Amino acid sequence: MKLVYRIFAIAAVLALAFSAAQAQDKDKLSIGLIATLSGPPAVLGQQLRNGFSLALKSLRGKLGGRDVDIVVVDDELKPDVAITKVKALVERDKVEFVVGPIFSNILQAIMKPVTEAGVILISPNAGTSNFAGKECNPNFFVTSYQNDQVFAVSGKYAQDSGIRKVFLMAPNYQAGRDALAGFKSAFKGEIADEVYVPLNQLDYAAELSRIAAAKPDAVYVFLPGGMGINFVKQFRQAGLADKVTFLSAFTVDEATLPAQQDAAVGFFGAANWAPDLDTPQNKAFVSAYEQEYGAVPATYAFQSYDAALLIDSAVRQLHGDLSNKAALRAALMKADFKSLRGNFSFNRNHYPIQDFYLVKVAKRPDGKYQTQIVKKIFENDADPHARDCPMQ
Amino acid sequence: MSTALLIVQILNGLQLGVLLFLIAAGLTLVFGVMNFINLAHGVQYMLGAYLAVTFYAVTESFLLATVLALVATLAFALVLELAVFRQLYDRDHLDHVIATFGIILFLNHGVKLVWGAAPLSLPIPQALSGSVRLADGLLYPWWRLVIIAAGLGTAGALHALIMHTRIGMLIRAGATHGTMVSALGVNIRRLFTLIFGLGAMLAGFAGIMIAPILSVEPGMGDSVLILAFVVIVVGGIGSVRGAFAAALVIGLVDTLGRSFCVDILRLMMGPSPARTIGPAIASMLIYLLMAGVLYFRPTGLFPAAGR
Repeated sequence: MKLVYRIFAIAAVLALAFSAAQAQDKDKLSIGLIATLSGPPAVLGQQLRNGFSLALKSLRGKLGGRDVDIVVVDDELKPDVAITKVKALVERDKVEFVVGPIFSNILQAIMKPVTEAGVILISPNAGTSNFAGKECNPNFFVTSYQNDQVFAVSGKYAQDSGIRKVFLMAPNYQAGRDALAGFKSAFKGEIADEVYVPLNQLDYAAELSRIAAAKPDAVYVFLPGGMGINFVKQFRQAGLADKVTFLSAFTVDEATLPAQQDAAVGFFGAANWAPDLDTPQNKAFVSAYEQEYGAVPATYAFQSYDAALLIDSAVRQLHGDLSNKAALRAALMKADFKSLRGNFSFNRNHYPIQDFYLVKVAKRPDGKYQTQIVKKIFENDADPHARDCPMQ
Repeated sequence: MSTALLIVQILNGLQLGVLLFLIAAGLTLVFGVMNFINLAHGVQYMLGAYLAVTFYAVTESFLLATVLALVATLAFALVLELAVFRQLYDRDHLDHVIATFGIILFLNHGVKLVWGAAPLSLPIPQALSGSVRLADGLLYPWWRLVIIAAGLGTAGALHALIMHTRIGMLIRAGATHGTMVSALGVNIRRLFTLIFGLGAMLAGFAGIMIAPILSVEPGMGDSVLILAFVVIVVGGIGSVRGAFAAALVIGLVDTLGRSFCVDILRLMMGPSPARTIGPAIASMLIYLLMAGVLYFRPTGLFPAAGR
């Protein structure tokens, strides 16, 4: 008899739990945030998380009129860990959107588990060429850019500004090779040399000596994260900064500047946005971000902010009812929100069509460092891979 | 490939070499004398850099920050030795590896909690921030010359300490006949603590010297640790002289390989395959060197006596 009672009790508890979960499902919008929050790249993940939280705060804690449940997970920059964690987001937490990640290799890993479960994946940073082209996915949206677009900015600028001889350097992996290919696609002058260094190399003494010996007009480097911090400091120490124009992609931004400081001032980068971009929304965003987190926002933060606005706009159009996935995709596709960057629309591969700028590092009067827009290089630029995308 | 460029690259190789020596010296002493594998040695290097950044922010003097950071690194190493490592000396190598690896994880995260995940930087002292002109258009930063000088100076001091002082004699004796030294009434535990502290301080010194060049970030010690192990294996475990020679050889091979591998390959094949294969071979060179040394001289280039 006791056993029967016990079974009843367990069943009752389970039923309660289920109905509670369902109730929660109905009135709260559940969103999973996946970012790298450990190790040295954690700075980038924190920007992503902060940008999203700030958007949520500015919308008074609601997206599209619905209360929101945010589950933040750390991918540890390990694809296998990321897969386990997004599966938990999708299956256990029953999220309706996954926002993330920072790094391309994590994106490759989580693409299938998220999109095949019918969940919308919004990437506020990683934007690889395969998902922009042949493998484009109806459930996948990007609020950042396709990497090649950023790579081409410096090449176009070098070509147009009369720079004749450029020394190229990138880490020896796929993105590094893409970075140099992207530069060369727009630059037709002389290439002094093309150097591939091991990923995560710290000391660039040997390469800097070669640059000095080659006497180029400019260097172009793609050295994200810690690599860029070290290279920028050593480039300045080697006395090259006064003689050689410094062009780059993902090497000097607000995430690395607190460590590069004066060494990076005057160096060029390329981006779809900068903290000084002159739109009223952006000014409000930058000052709110600095007040809340005590740091200057980088692209990671603003693209994540835009991702929250995008979700907000789509949920609002559907009056909170996300049961029809086709309608949800159509609503997202409209991109009916004011992006902090100004011009923004989705291409048919769900990557943005937007403007790109040459940016330059500057020290602000308050002692902080940021990138500032020098000039617009591309207007309403669509990535070249969209033509390979079978989606209509 | 001009002579001037070659000279600069040799200087670069020397600079990497002396840095590796500072780290490897402590590692090889601890391993040679105490037969203790300390994976957490790289953490001392990281701590040296972090402490220097902190003390620099307080004192605004590089010299003072260096001294304070060295003292703090030493103190921390002694605490670590007393609290953790002392319990492990009699255990086998697997236990050493697991425990010290745990300390790496623990301290890397600890550093992140205290100083944050964002990389920090330490400025070069103003007087040494310029560069010296070696040839037309070829500048060499003063600070890298300072590192070379400091490294060579430390190597000289270490040589004098080990070969010409009573403590050095005990260290040498302890390395070869530990039980005998202990039986003669020497407090071998205290000797171990001393060696451990010395090694940690040298690694911390390396961290301080390199902090103005590299970014100071959690986990920065992990990558140099692997190189330091390559150095002590090539040099002969327990031998400081071997560590010195091997560190310089590895510094030079790595730097020259990285800068000239592609050029050399270009003489044999087209520029495009050379660019693909060159960097791959360059990053393998030091490991090929280690494999070669292990094949022909399994005990290393300068094996410590009695091993």
